[in-house]
Amino acid sequence: MEKVKLTIDGLEISADKDKTILQAALENDIYIPHLCYHPDLEKVAVCRVCMVDVAGRGLTISCRAPVEEGLVVKTDSEELKKVRKVPVQLLFANHKTDCITCGKNDDCELQRIAKYLGLEADELNRLRFAEMDDPIDDSNPFFDRDPNKCVYCGICIRTCSELQNINAIDFSNRGYSTRVSTFGGGPIVESRCESCGECVVRCPVGALLPKTTEQPAREVKSVCTYCGVGCGILLGVRGHKIVSVRGDGENIVNRGSLCVKGRYGFGFINSPERLTKPLIRKNGELVEAEWDEALDFAAEKLKSCKSDEVAVFASAKCTNEDNYVIQKFSRAVLGTNSVDHCARL
Amino acid sequence: MKTKFEDIMVKSEKEWESMQCGEKPVILVGTATCGRSAGSLETLEALRSEADKSGIDCTIIEVGCIGLCYAEPLVTIAKPGNPAVCYGGIDAEKAKELVEKYIIGNDPVPEYALGTIGQGKIADIEKIQDTSVFKPQIRRVLKKCGSIDPANVEHYIANGGYSGLKRALEMTSEEIIDNIKISGLRGRGGAGFPTWRKWQFCHDAEGDQKYLICNADEGDPGAFMNRSLLEGDPHALLEGMVIAGRAIGADTGYIYCRAEYPLALERLDLAIKQAKDLGFLGDNIMETGFTFHIKVKEGAGAFVCGEETALIASIEGERGMPRPRPPFPAVSGLWGKPTIINNVETLASVALVMQQGAQWFSQVGSEASKGTKTFALVGKVKRTGLVEVPMGITLREMIYDIGGGILNDREFKAVQTGGPSGGCIPAEKLDTPVDYDSLNAAGTIMGSGGMVVMDADNCMVDVARYFLEFTQKESCGECVPCRLGTKQMLDILNDITQGRGKPDDIDLLEEIGYAVKRTSLCGLGQTAPNPVLSTLRYFRNEYEAHINKKECPSLVCRDLISYKIDTDKCTGCRLCFKACPADAIIGEKKEPHIVDQEKCIKCGMCFEKCPPKFNAVVCIPGQLKDGE
Ligand SMILES: Cc1cc2nc3c(=O)[nH]c(=O)nc-3n(C[C@H](O)[C@H](O)[C@H](O)COP(=O)(O)O)c2cc1C
Ligand code: SF4
Ligand code: SF4
Ligand code: SF4
Ligand code: FES
Repeated sequence: MEKVKLTIDGLEISADKDKTILQAALENDIYIPHLCYHPDLEKVAVCRVCMVDVAGRGLTISCRAPVEEGLVVKTDSEELKKVRKVPVQLLFANHKTDCITCGKNDDCELQRIAKYLGLEADELNRLRFAEMDDPIDDSNPFFDRDPNKCVYCGICIRTCSELQNINAIDFSNRGYSTRVSTFGGGPIVESRCESCGECVVRCPVGALLPKTTEQPAREVKSVCTYCGVGCGILLGVRGHKIVSVRGDGENIVNRGSLCVKGRYGFGFINSPERLTKPLIRKNGELVEAEWDEALDFAAEKLKSCKSDEVAVFASAKCTNEDNYVIQKFSRAVLGTNSVDHCARL
Repeated sequence: MKTKFEDIMVKSEKEWESMQCGEKPVILVGTATCGRSAGSLETLEALRSEADKSGIDCTIIEVGCIGLCYAEPLVTIAKPGNPAVCYGGIDAEKAKELVEKYIIGNDPVPEYALGTIGQGKIADIEKIQDTSVFKPQIRRVLKKCGSIDPANVEHYIANGGYSGLKRALEMTSEEIIDNIKISGLRGRGGAGFPTWRKWQFCHDAEGDQKYLICNADEGDPGAFMNRSLLEGDPHALLEGMVIAGRAIGADTGYIYCRAEYPLALERLDLAIKQAKDLGFLGDNIMETGFTFHIKVKEGAGAFVCGEETALIASIEGERGMPRPRPPFPAVSGLWGKPTIINNVETLASVALVMQQGAQWFSQVGSEASKGTKTFALVGKVKRTGLVEVPMGITLREMIYDIGGGILNDREFKAVQTGGPSGGCIPAEKLDTPVDYDSLNAAGTIMGSGGMVVMDADNCMVDVARYFLEFTQKESCGECVPCRLGTKQMLDILNDITQGRGKPDDIDLLEEIGYAVKRTSLCGLGQTAPNPVLSTLRYFRNEYEAHINKKECPSLVCRDLISYKIDTDKCTGCRLCFKACPADAIIGEKKEPHIVDQEKCIKCGMCFEKCPPKFNAVVCIPGQLKDGE
């Protein structure tokens, strides 16, 4: 890709020709406030907080403006100071600001922008604050939707449509009454939403939050055990428990995406009902056994069967290699073609 | 060999002349929407039945609007050998009288006459062109409105119609664009962008498919210029569209017209059919091989859908939300193809430029704003209506000459142009010329042609609040500054007009207004604060009175006025006592009464009921406390 050179706040940087000013800045660790921009999605330029001052052009929406050779960009100026705070102040006047108890605290783009722009209490107190008492949609088993925190960036909508192709949600009404709604406005659980949670991870504020927001002490790279795709995940560990799962953005298989099972289906790990030892049926009752005993028992039984008396059922929780071996074992050793697998959930 | 078009022209001229110079009297009745709402259909019916009854052979034609809204229903009668006489305020009764006195008899009834049209004189009736309403006007775009039958294409053709298309088809695209450039035509839809330049962009843009869209959304409250043109002269638009299509290289055009204009839509449908039948539209137009089709798309009537990118989204079947620019529609518009969007009046002007020549077009107007502009002149003027003036005329001429001055000869306060995107201009700026740049400098915009005149009874804070309420409701809600900024400003204005204003609110309004203008995504948000900012600029004292003194000087804002009884004048007749719905009047029979300010709901019933001979109830600015 051809590169162009531009300066941002006096710093000369180079960027691929197809990048926007915002992307070039972020790649070079220069922060420009932004709310509706998301690297995976169409650029809709609706939040208007990513303005920069471009020499010869004046105020420019950086998330859509392509870089050009020789551009001279300022991320701060008198004019920017004058206008850029206002949209953010207005967002706060229309936001349920219970930050301390919000699951997004400290990880919220609105907070970050407010801090960067230096919003002050005096300024906010001049404004007319809206009453934020829209009902929360907690119908989904995995996440909640709180319209009182929504900034209407449309990231969730674009995610659902552009990345997931589900189109479970869209804007409804207009003007100040705009809301993110399902078709017909009912609870999300009754919509065509597949609970993939892709929107939830992209929501820049606390409007979409997983039901459990327990924070891990550390994260461990792993691979999702649900199916053969092998999505990369980051398991969040706290003490001896797995408390969170994130898609691994660096993994080339899924580039951070996950499905409902991989993202939310980790409750079994710490479940007291989970089997941790093999069971052998003795006198009609399943009894816990040691692995050696169980394997010997299984081997004995298999040996005593004819080929057409056995069928093998493999688990999607095993790796592809494991599954290959089991079908080979079935066909070559046991002599049966009756092999099946559970990965059709 | 004569071309087909010349044949059509000869036939049309014959038809037109037989009507104009025939043996029969011709009666024209204005039945555009404005006429209809004043009862012109009943007038029409009365004329028909009266003519039938008396067995008179005359031609009765429905025509569009000549713009004299204050005098609807309008009837024009042309008797052979006489100039036509235009009559105003003709209801069914008066219609019968006209038939009797002027059609059957020979009395032209000067009492009802507004003026004569055409050659010749009639005693006691002025020439309409010499009346103060018409004198400052130059009617070009609206010339045929009200004088031709919009449902009869031959009337249009006989008056020069489609000769512009004929000329354009003999030119290259470049030549057409050049002609438009020389004419100096700028967009009539609001912003005044030079039409030729936009066309050039689209013409130069790469693409095998290009589109032309006519913006007939006309969403400004109170504006009806485009509607009148569509109802009174629909072929003018079609001719302009085909020419524009030819210039930019489009083979398809859309007319985006609001569904609330049923008559305009009906006239358009008929006109499209007629133009197709005559070979002025469709495949192989005038046998030149040029193809252009027109589709009509009915809009549901959202203000924001007049914004060009939202309009495009709406035609595509999407939510009518504006899209960020660039890319500009001229490069990537409807379905991603190069697209030109022009206003109805712009396209009708294009037809005129091609019919009469670019030089002719630019003869009138000011240096940077050529030609004429139509306005819907409404509000507190004596003569409201649809007017067409040469650009550069002053606001004063428009209001005092054409409009006849302020209703009831009260004091002029302000004039608002540009609808919800425009601003208010005060008395000291009445000599501002009406052109794009002068209006901009005065803090408003030309807009599409709304002009609302206000007098001392209009509260400027309330006016600003009214427009903000409109834009706030019509904001699409997509971008933050417009969605939340208009709401915040409206909340503040509501507070100010209801007595909860804070001294700091004026600064706050200015700061938010400025930011909303600078940061909004589309023209709606970028102009929505204008009514507030312009009234703050010229009428700041009214804001201060509302906030600091809790007074509405114009006696409009209910919470900031009080009713009070002058105890010296009150005779205790008890009329107010009986009328008050809030039991707020205290006093014994035959004793002076007083208003209980705690209970008073400011409905003004007492004020209305107090007999003029006593005139004891007064309405004053401010919030009276009990006992004051
Ligand atoms: C909120 C909004 C509403 C608009 N409404 C109209 C309209 O009703 N009619 C119109 O012709 N232009 C309207 N415009 C202007 C159009 O976007 C566009 O500039 C115009 O149609 C271009 O035509 P012109 O170059 O012939 O003026 C509106 C613009 C905005 C921002
Ligand atoms: S969870 Fe997935 S399917 Fe459901 S709304 Fe979000 S993105 Fe769409
Ligand atoms: S829910 Fe979140 S992602 Fe969706 S529009 Fe609201 S703030 Fe944006
Ligand atoms: S300025 Fe208003 S109408 Fe325009 S895109 Fe923004 S919210 Fe929508
Ligand atoms: S990030 Fe650029 S407008 Fe929202």
